[in-house]
Amino acid sequence: MPKEITKLIHKYLRHDKKFPHVWCPGCGNGVILGSLIRAIDRLGLTKDEIVLASGIGCSGRMPVYVDFNTLHTTHGRALTFATGIKLAKPSLTVITVMGDGDATAIGGNHFIHAARRNVNLTAIIINNQIYGMTGGQFSPTTPYGSHAATAPYGHIEHAFSIAELAVTAGAAFVGRGTVYHVQTLDKLIKAAVLKRGFSVVEIISNCHIQFGRRNEMGNPVTMMEWMRDHAVTVEKAEKMTSEDLEDKFTIGILADEEKPIYTEEYDKIRERAGD
Amino acid sequence: MATVMPKKKRSLLQGNEAIALGALAAGCRFFAGYPITPASEISEVLSARMPRVGGTFIQMEDEIASMGAIIGASIAGIKSMTATSGPGFSLMQENIGYACITETPCVVVNVMRGGGSTGLPTCPGQGDVMQARWGTHGDNPIIVLAVSTVTDCFDITVRAFNLSEKYRIPVVLLSDEVVSHTRETVIFPSPQDIEIVDRVTPSVPPEWYVPYENNSTGIPDMAAFGEGYRYHVTGLVHDERGFPTQHPEEVKTFTNRLFRKLTQGLHEIQIIKTFMMNDADVAVIAYGSVARSAQRAVVDARSKGTKAGLLQLITLFPFPERLVDKVLKQCIRVLVPEMNMGQIYREVQRVNQGKTDVKKYNRIDGQFITPDEILGELLLEE
Ligand SMILES: Cc1ncc(C[n+]2csc(CCOP(=O)(O)OP(=O)(O)O)c2C)c(N)n1
Repeated sequence: MPKEITKLIHKYLRHDKKFPHVWCPGCGNGVILGSLIRAIDRLGLTKDEIVLASGIGCSGRMPVYVDFNTLHTTHGRALTFATGIKLAKPSLTVITVMGDGDATAIGGNHFIHAARRNVNLTAIIINNQIYGMTGGQFSPTTPYGSHAATAPYGHIEHAFSIAELAVTAGAAFVGRGTVYHVQTLDKLIKAAVLKRGFSVVEIISNCHIQFGRRNEMGNPVTMMEWMRDHAVTVEKAEKMTSEDLEDKFTIGILADEEKPIYTEEYDKIRERAGD
Repeated sequence: MATVMPKKKRSLLQGNEAIALGALAAGCRFFAGYPITPASEISEVLSARMPRVGGTFIQMEDEIASMGAIIGASIAGIKSMTATSGPGFSLMQENIGYACITETPCVVVNVMRGGGSTGLPTCPGQGDVMQARWGTHGDNPIIVLAVSTVTDCFDITVRAFNLSEKYRIPVVLLSDEVVSHTRETVIFPSPQDIEIVDRVTPSVPPEWYVPYENNSTGIPDMAAFGEGYRYHVTGLVHDERGFPTQHPEEVKTFTNRLFRKLTQGLHEIQIIKTFMMNDADVAVIAYGSVARSAQRAVVDARSKGTKAGLLQLITLFPFPERLVDKVLKQCIRVLVPEMNMGQIYREVQRVNQGKTDVKKYNRIDGQFITPDEILGELLLEE
């Protein structure tokens, strides 16, 4: 392991407290946690000013491993708790991490309203296209035609594009990355945390155990190869025809806008309300 | 910044307004809610007043979100509250359980309407009493208080915050449509006479902090996020450091502590009021708006020669067993009138065990119970 990474682990992980972790060997969650730590380290934020809040799922276990102010909430509700924290103490940098089911099935309503409301939060959504923790049932991002524990004959529903949903709902910053394109991911997370306003990073990740095995991609390498072969940068996609893009997805920054942020607007309300 | 209390010493107020003012007086500076009759005025008043005292009001996308937001704000160190009625209270249950398990202080107001489901939105009821106690899953203690006058709405809201802060537990404040929409004069105590309790924050350096310490009071000190005490909060059963555990001994210690911290404080948690109980041989046990009618019925019964008295329950849970028991031992007859099918009546019977004659009187038609109805029941056997 390169020295820099080992050092970072010692700096940020609760390495003497809470290991071994619960994730399967080869899980994309570890890659994402690494990216998050590097982004935070590069931003020079202190551990005390960071809140990492999650929902429930494999993704939801991330906060317990890191030495921040950490909160493991209820399934789908991470953004609601995060909203309360941020409004109560705007000086904190509040980051949420959620699964695809967590953020867009049970938590879908909170997600679109958080995007619309524009509280200065970051939502990291780990899209492994399946309910990992509960054993591989289909999620809102499971592709049409694929197999899941509750779609044994093939899935007949259609998948959400989480990033595009976030753009439509008004998120100030939206990025999409994968656990294969790690350097891009580091940059996306850094930009999202830095962004003033509600920022979203959708991360395509591998659950080779629950999704891959049922869909002829039963190991992390095949799943990462799939990411490599199907991801196209936003810049490149602009020059491609819709036909060429049919089985592809874009990675990079999908939206980056300046919008009035909630806490600053509320400060104005306090002035208007006066004495 | 505006002063928290209204400038006048007395005010003609609606119950819901008094709850909002009580919350501000208690130090509540964060409110999240979702509109619902008959609780909406609490949101409306706080949307105007919170920003004037440097607090925050937010209308969330639903009651699940409102509950999540107030827990988040409380973990960040700010006293917080939400308010709703039956349907919204049902939606809040999962996150109320989260507040129980994470020992996050917060106040949840439920202005009870009549009926189940959407029910009778503009009528009173008391059907959510057992839900307030048992609505969230698992076996967690919780504090439930009930208000019966507009003055109560102010005073008891302050006490709800105090108990919540001191015992690190969500407190459910039950009002009903009658109390919340009645207007009457409230005489405000002067600010220095209002007792305010704040959660105890750690005084040890961060490296010594044990966030869920099994100490003698059963109530661990609570650090706010962002104050240098980095720790983990989870709805999973956790050890003293806050990390998930399934170790039977740790699970037992944790669950027992949640109960123990309340048991040790019953003397101040269990609040009742008595009226003409000294020489009573017939008693009414009532709470909420029904207690008001009962008070009048007791006076009327006395004028007709019946030595009646009233035990008004403000704390419904933990059920004030010993205080109720005293009344059961003293009286030959006890009446429990309620706007449900007999939820507190069952609790009274559980304590009674055949000692005395306990009768119930119930209305579930969305109408409040009048003094005459209670009087009729009191005199029935004479
Ligand atoms: C209210 C509620 N319903 C259901 C569950 C069970 N549950 C736990 S995790 C999960 C889904 C996890 O999938 P996802 O959000 O995609 O995250 P992943 O495990 O894949 O990281 C479900 C349904 C729960 N904990 N709470």
